[in-house]
Amino acid sequence: MSAIMENIAKPVAANEEVNTAKTPVSTATVVSVVPVAAVKRSRVQLRPMMLAVLPPVVGILFLCLVWQIISIKNSGIPSPMLTLKSAAELFAHPFYSNGPNDQGIGWNVLASLKRVGMGFGMAAIVGIPLGFLIGRFKFLSGMFNPIVSLLKPVSPLAWLPIGLLVFKAADPAAIWAIFICSIWPMIINTAIGVQRVPQDYMNVARVLNLSEWKIVTKILFPSVLPYMLTGVRLAIGTAWLVIVAAEMLTGGVGIGFWVWDEWNNLNVAHIIIAIVVIGVVGLILEQLLVGLAKAFTYEDVKN
Amino acid sequence: MDAIKNKFIEIQNAEMSFHTRKGVFNALRDINLVVGKGEFISLIGHSGCGKSTLLNLIAGLTHATGGMLLCANREIAGPSPERAVVFQNHSLLPWLTCHENVYLAVERVFGKVEGKAKLKERTRAALAMVGLTHAEQKRPNEISGGMKQRVGIARALAMEPKVLLMDEPFGALDALTRAHLQDELLKIVAATGSTVVMVTHDVDEAVLLSDRIVMLTNGPSATIGDILHVDLPRPRERVALAQDPQYAQYRSAVLEFLYHRQAHPAKAA
Repeated sequence: MSAIMENIAKPVAANEEVNTAKTPVSTATVVSVVPVAAVKRSRVQLRPMMLAVLPPVVGILFLCLVWQIISIKNSGIPSPMLTLKSAAELFAHPFYSNGPNDQGIGWNVLASLKRVGMGFGMAAIVGIPLGFLIGRFKFLSGMFNPIVSLLKPVSPLAWLPIGLLVFKAADPAAIWAIFICSIWPMIINTAIGVQRVPQDYMNVARVLNLSEWKIVTKILFPSVLPYMLTGVRLAIGTAWLVIVAAEMLTGGVGIGFWVWDEWNNLNVAHIIIAIVVIGVVGLILEQLLVGLAKAFTYEDVKN
Repeated sequence: MDAIKNKFIEIQNAEMSFHTRKGVFNALRDINLVVGKGEFISLIGHSGCGKSTLLNLIAGLTHATGGMLLCANREIAGPSPERAVVFQNHSLLPWLTCHENVYLAVERVFGKVEGKAKLKERTRAALAMVGLTHAEQKRPNEISGGMKQRVGIARALAMEPKVLLMDEPFGALDALTRAHLQDELLKIVAATGSTVVMVTHDVDEAVLLSDRIVMLTNGPSATIGDILHVDLPRPRERVALAQDPQYAQYRSAVLEFLYHRQAHPAKAA
């Protein structure tokens, strides 16, 4: 959606240039030029907009077409129209609650987000300072690198049974799974950021004989911030992925649990709606972090 | 060579070797140099002759593998605000404004004995000295290359260092900006009486600014080939000097060293 918005913004800007270029025209031809300019303007304005909006719309229509064909061939899968009606019902009352296992879709999404938030927050609190230390001190780097390299490729879902064993409840176990999957990109990216601080800045710190605290706050932290935010962005993608899977396995509340529940009820329309909702929420989360990263990146540091 | 009064920096038999994967690389050998207080010294030579390495040794950013370096009769053990460095790549922190960049240095040197108001005053004075009062609140990415370099100089001078070390400070700038900054540097050095050691590869810059030009042989294992005493009266004025025969003489002496006695460094190096 945002990509479409960006593309719409551009042609309007290009259009301003076209207008101002047209204005320094001799008054004699103004009368004849203006109507032509007006026609050309609307044509110019229409074309880029069409080029920007049309392909995604065609893409979505294509998807719906394929979906329709599949639903005709396979009676188990509902058609787009049916799914849309079901969605209308669902989103009419997103926040009802008939007990812990029967809640509105809004509550489910919020429950999942809450778990992601907690697991993610804890991963940040542990992972980012650890990444700093690993990047700054070679000994710690040597100490932790084998551990990180070994545990990084392990699917967080393999950690879930250990979480259930230790915490004896679904909620903390799911949060644990989020924690263990989010922490690796944060550690690694922060460590790399610290190691990539330009030697020039460190030379300044040395000539000035800055205290360790000043080095961390005035040089390391601002320099590492873009890398840190990249790590956070990567982690949120995985975290959102994992929460859905973890909830399917542990049950209770959340959008993942809801998907599995609807499968047990053989309500395929709801499953498809859940897929779209999960996708949209994931996209929003990522875009928020991209925006945050952009706000804190300076041109010089980007290199 | 007349004895240098007020020995300030003494380099005795300094030698610098780096341990690389391919073995030991000897960058500098037998460096013997004395710099007097208030002198302006240029280090000149071809690329790779170790000028920046020598400057780093004086700054204390690198530790010599042989010989001794003294500053004010004390051994140079590490970097210090007393030997302020102006880097070739301005090295301004991009997330701080010009004022904050200079303030960082001022705070470090004078923070323990002076209050915030006095520190701010020092920062403003330093920026005023380089003519950048109007750019105080701007960030480095909002100002030109010449202005960034001036902030770097302001930062170094604000620390009231014993020695000002400059590593090709104007190398990254266009000719006009370079000329302008050279003139400003002359005025600043005249006003503060600083001792300056500057690395350059610009012959005109060296002759215009320095009291002595230290010419290094080609690397590796570079040493001091020759030292030229520039006896032009101060204050030096660029346009007048362009006609001065003595200026031309000094200039050709340096050129002769660089391009005749030191053949161009081999392309492999």
